[in-house]
Amino acid sequence: MTVVSSSPDQTSPLKDRLRALGSALARLLAYGAGLLALLVVTFSALGIPPLEALSKLWIGAFGDSESGHLYNCSETIVQTAPLLMTALSVIIAWRTGLFSIGAEGQLLVGALAATAVGLHGGGLPGPLLTLVMLIVGGAAGAGWGWIAGWLRVRRNVQEVISTIMLNYVAVYLVRFMVEGPLQEKAHINPQSELLPSGALFAHILPRAWSNDIVTRLHSGVLLAVLAVPLVWLLLYRTEAGFGMRIIGQNAEAARTGRFPVDRLRLRAMILSGALCGVAGTVELLGVTGRLYANFSPGWGYTAIPVALLGGLHPIGSLFSALFFGALTAGTSNLNRFSGVSSVVGNVIQAAAVLAVVGARAWQARRTGNETD
Amino acid sequence: MNSVIPGTISSTITLATPLLLAALGENVVQKAGVVNVGLEGIMLCGAFAGMMATRPFHLPGFGPAESTTLGVAAAAIVGMVVALLFAAFAVKLAANQVVVGVVINLLAVGLTGTLYRALFGETGSFISIPTLPQWEVGRLAQRMAGGHLSLDVIALLEALLRHNALAYLAFGVVPLSLWWLNRTRGGLELRAVGEQPVAAAASGINVIRLRTCALLYGGLMAGIAGACLSVGDVGTFKEEMTAGRGFIALAIVTSGRWHPVGCLLAALVFGFAQALQFQLQASGFHVSAQLFLALPYVATLVILTMGGRLSQAPAALGRPYRKA
Repeated sequence: MTVVSSSPDQTSPLKDRLRALGSALARLLAYGAGLLALLVVTFSALGIPPLEALSKLWIGAFGDSESGHLYNCSETIVQTAPLLMTALSVIIAWRTGLFSIGAEGQLLVGALAATAVGLHGGGLPGPLLTLVMLIVGGAAGAGWGWIAGWLRVRRNVQEVISTIMLNYVAVYLVRFMVEGPLQEKAHINPQSELLPSGALFAHILPRAWSNDIVTRLHSGVLLAVLAVPLVWLLLYRTEAGFGMRIIGQNAEAARTGRFPVDRLRLRAMILSGALCGVAGTVELLGVTGRLYANFSPGWGYTAIPVALLGGLHPIGSLFSALFFGALTAGTSNLNRFSGVSSVVGNVIQAAAVLAVVGARAWQARRTGNETD
Repeated sequence: MNSVIPGTISSTITLATPLLLAALGENVVQKAGVVNVGLEGIMLCGAFAGMMATRPFHLPGFGPAESTTLGVAAAAIVGMVVALLFAAFAVKLAANQVVVGVVINLLAVGLTGTLYRALFGETGSFISIPTLPQWEVGRLAQRMAGGHLSLDVIALLEALLRHNALAYLAFGVVPLSLWWLNRTRGGLELRAVGEQPVAAAASGINVIRLRTCALLYGGLMAGIAGACLSVGDVGTFKEEMTAGRGFIALAIVTSGRWHPVGCLLAALVFGFAQALQFQLQASGFHVSAQLFLALPYVATLVILTMGGRLSQAPAALGRPYRKA
């Protein structure tokens, strides 16, 4: 991957860039207003006073002056991390024109492999074990992604179908392992033994800051944050990323233009799988500390709306992941008060994405442009 | 002959039925050049609607009533409504079909889950509804033969023929589908839209309307397929009870090479894989249940891998069409 130094962005005049920034901000505001309206409508439809629900949601996500902001904000960030990493993985695949839905399975397989290594890692010192687990988790995710990529490139199997099948296989594989070979020594719950504490990510916030409330913000979150510029660099500043985006826009043109379409597709699936594998390992090392049957609450699936709302752009997805992270942290607070189930989040996500997709398609129809 | 073979045949047909129904609908949709990844969500909505409409209700003047037929009809209508939502975005607005499909799935899980928990409590109390009656065609054949049949043959007849109306519908639609796609003007126009939408539009075919109609039919079939799970088979509803069957139906269309008979064969293979899983589990074969549950999905992957290059795919499959 050689770095391409010149890009059309850099040569365009400052005025154009400012205008682009302005329209992006306007769009962000419009989305924000739309989402707020959507929340109000959803809560009203469920018979919950919308204002009260919104305030509960806000407190759940960001806290209030009474009990402090630190705990809730840290929860929002903890929820954001896996969403962000899986969304970045979706971005890599979808930008290459591969509509992979496999993030969930890749994440699970990554966590599974990392657990296996972590529990049988022998006498490796803590930080080294962490590193080995991250690499193994990433490699396992990459392998799971490679299967779908290989099927697409060599057998022309639609990745939409193959990745979903691989997701189910991964789910049952994890369940099999935590009920069998990897089950805790007590053999009671479908879960693994706790991982060696030396390998776990440290909690960042000192307890004194949060009135002795245990916060879950861990150093692994930094990996998720770091992944944003890395994916951006890959897509917008490397030859491979350029090729991937060309394939995503028009595979036939890419083939005519002598881009190694098959190789790049395979690489996109491997990279997107690796990101998910690392995401699973980070969650394992930062939050749960062990693998269990329902390890993922569907991050890999939520990742798709997150990526789409972020305009399939790494930086956009940072904001949408934060939004969905806040929504997750917020709805868990809402649950405690009004008995609204967490699946409401799904409805909100779906409606939000439909609104954005619809608005874009409508705009494209008016101007006659192609949409992605 | 022991009871294993008739049992496996019977459950193969039972398990293949919802897959076949959804796949035959999706086959027509894909022939029109549209991939509906939202099939899973439509099936889930169908399963939920079927359960809701089958539950006992109070009919003014008649007292309590319940109807499995009503359940299937409600599932079909709900399936069409969700398909119409898909069509509005993916056909009318020409948005990316996979995106819209994924969102439909998300919406279906959220809507059915939210409604289910709102109506039956957070933990989800167990609901029991009547299931569709089995057609006693086997017994009829027996009577016509006048009691000259051996027990084995009777068991086999029962396994093959003792199924509910939806199974008969699914298998009956196969020749109908074949005839309509290949021998009628409507079928020809549909295939033209899937192969060369621009040329089809030039010859006066309304591409958007035809694709929407195909999707409505696909939604109808997927809705019924969902009802087949809740009303036809188990007589209850569970969250996410479709468990990927919509996606397996998509795989069936692909591995069935966009041909109704191919779909039938593929559906039977998938049904058999699931039946085998139940049989082996029931016979106490000592392998973890979780691995067996993964079997149909692995089978799907293997079948798709062996399917080879897909030259029979409609040329415009998955490409949105815009009016010039």
